[in-house]
Amino acid sequence: MLEVEKLGKTFKLPRRAKAGSKTGGVDPRQEGRSFHALREVSFKVEAGEILGLLGPNGAGKTTLLRTLSTAIAPTRGTARFDGVDIREEPRRVRQRIGFLSGSTGLYGRLSPREMVSYYGRLHGVPAADLPARVDALFAELEMQSYADKRNDDLSTGMKQKVSIARTLVHDPDIIILDEPTSGLDVHAAAGILAMIEGLRTTKKTVLFSTHHMHEVDRLCDRVVLIDVGTKVFEGSVAEMREAGGDEALDRAFLGLLGKGQGATLRKGAA
Amino acid sequence: MKGISAIWIVARKEFVEMIRDRKTLFFMLVLPVVIIPLLGNVVVDFTLDVAKEEASKTLEYAIFDDAGEPEVEAAIERAPAFAKVEIGPREAIRAAIAADEIDFALVIPEVDRTTEPLTVELHFDNASQTSSVSKRVQGALLGYGEELRDAKLAEVGATTAEARKLLLEPMAVVERGTATDREVAGEIAGGILPYIFIMFALLGALYPAIDLGAGEKERGTLETLLLAPIRRRDIVLGKFLVIFGAGVISATLVVITITVWIAAKMESIGGGAGELLSTIGPLDMVLAWVVVLPITAVFAAILLSISIYAKSFKEAQSYSAPLQIFAILPAMAPMLPGVELGWGTALIPVTNVSLAIKEIIKGTIDPMMLVVIIASSSVIAGVLLGLCTWWFSREEVLFRQ
Repeated sequence: MLEVEKLGKTFKLPRRAKAGSKTGGVDPRQEGRSFHALREVSFKVEAGEILGLLGPNGAGKTTLLRTLSTAIAPTRGTARFDGVDIREEPRRVRQRIGFLSGSTGLYGRLSPREMVSYYGRLHGVPAADLPARVDALFAELEMQSYADKRNDDLSTGMKQKVSIARTLVHDPDIIILDEPTSGLDVHAAAGILAMIEGLRTTKKTVLFSTHHMHEVDRLCDRVVLIDVGTKVFEGSVAEMREAGGDEALDRAFLGLLGKGQGATLRKGAA
Repeated sequence: MKGISAIWIVARKEFVEMIRDRKTLFFMLVLPVVIIPLLGNVVVDFTLDVAKEEASKTLEYAIFDDAGEPEVEAAIERAPAFAKVEIGPREAIRAAIAADEIDFALVIPEVDRTTEPLTVELHFDNASQTSSVSKRVQGALLGYGEELRDAKLAEVGATTAEARKLLLEPMAVVERGTATDREVAGEIAGGILPYIFIMFALLGALYPAIDLGAGEKERGTLETLLLAPIRRRDIVLGKFLVIFGAGVISATLVVITITVWIAAKMESIGGGAGELLSTIGPLDMVLAWVVVLPITAVFAAILLSISIYAKSFKEAQSYSAPLQIFAILPAMAPMLPGVELGWGTALIPVTNVSLAIKEIIKGTIDPMMLVVIIASSSVIAGVLLGLCTWWFSREEVLFRQ
């Protein structure tokens, strides 16, 4: 289970930074040289649940996922993975999570086997168990035919499978997915979605950020919508439709965004 | 996971990736093992060939004798490989030399021989560094000059060799150099060798450093690496070890290559230079290698810091260019006249290593100073590695926008 409690993240802006968003409107997150990318975001994800993290570009989704995955430290609040605090024991948290994003790269001069084994070793998978674990993953993902080729020589879909195997090699309890299908073709994206569906059956906790509403509809039990660093909605997909005032999820999404501070910012930019 | 184990896992993977990279292999292996001896051979062979050719080629000349001294021309004709050419009036001398029609011209103006010596003007291209015209002409005329001198000395009654010598050289300053052959060799080779060793330590570390930091960001693998349950310090140390190792391999190979090259080339260089080079022993090279190690660690730490800060491979290359200049200039210190190793220069990073290598090759290194240089360079490397680790923990560096 993941519990996020009043999580906040503020970045110090460089001296040359001017007030306002990239699009020209007044960004409520900026105060002098401080940029409050996240403000007191709280939610829970139960074991076996898939939570969709939604929001427009620049809303703070990646900052939230990076904070939860301990890549960056929170400025305020905290989060706990099955009781393990990200502030107090970041390394123990990392032991429990698997992280995958659409922009995740591979080591081109290594083979899938070498790369996945490398991450297995880094995550403390016992040396005696590692080859069998890697073989099992490769069989499950149908990767045996290219397991020993160089990553540079693989197709996009094959590379994405290597990334999935790398994410799962240490059998994490919590999977964080940051726009994992971004930039992928239909075939590669389908592989990712099938993997996420498979995780539901293994009782993993999944936090899944996406822009694609059909993925939300298909996979998510509940959603959290954030805009300009603040949570604007939390509930089931059905509740999101109701709160957004439309059966179509994308319109419901836009309806919810139209009520928040971000709407004013976007209107200013327009 | 224990730190050592994590460092080893990171280092082993980085090493495997490094040795599969052609660019790195070129800078780390091919450049020191193939290019350096090849360049050395080309330079030495070319220099020897040019000198040989200059000494034996037929020099074409014109002569304008206003003084009526046919013996001058006869002396030139007696010497090997001279050929007289007609070029018209003497005003054409400069143009004829510029057009390579002649190599030189001799003009013998008419002078009052009772008050002035016989003068032979030698016109030649003195801007040519390889020209041996002056040396060969003076050699050809030496005999005739001595004849004239002996005749004049005879006129004043100096007929014996001893009398002539006393008259011409009433005082002689005889040089007695106190430097050993090794010191002389060190003074010559000690200028360029430290520069080569230091540059290869830097070049060997450069590409792996860029790949292991900025390359990791550019590929999008840094974020997943940071999410491994190991300390960031261990990631830095693992990467540092591989970059340092690449610099050491490159420096080691260039030291070995140059040692072997000197041994193989001594005979063909011949003359005094070959004998002088033979005084530089393998042990000197081993000691020079030891001094290069800490400065290689300094380079590795700085390059890794630069690389981690850069957002891309290209940006890392741009940022590391000034470091190359800051390394090149101090490494060239032994080539500058008057720059010696002392307690002042022993405190200047890179320069101290460069000057120490020169003193090692000369065999005049002060052991205490050597210890201080190695220790201070190691301390600097340690501090820089500490800063690199701190640098690697900063979010604004790792996730720079």
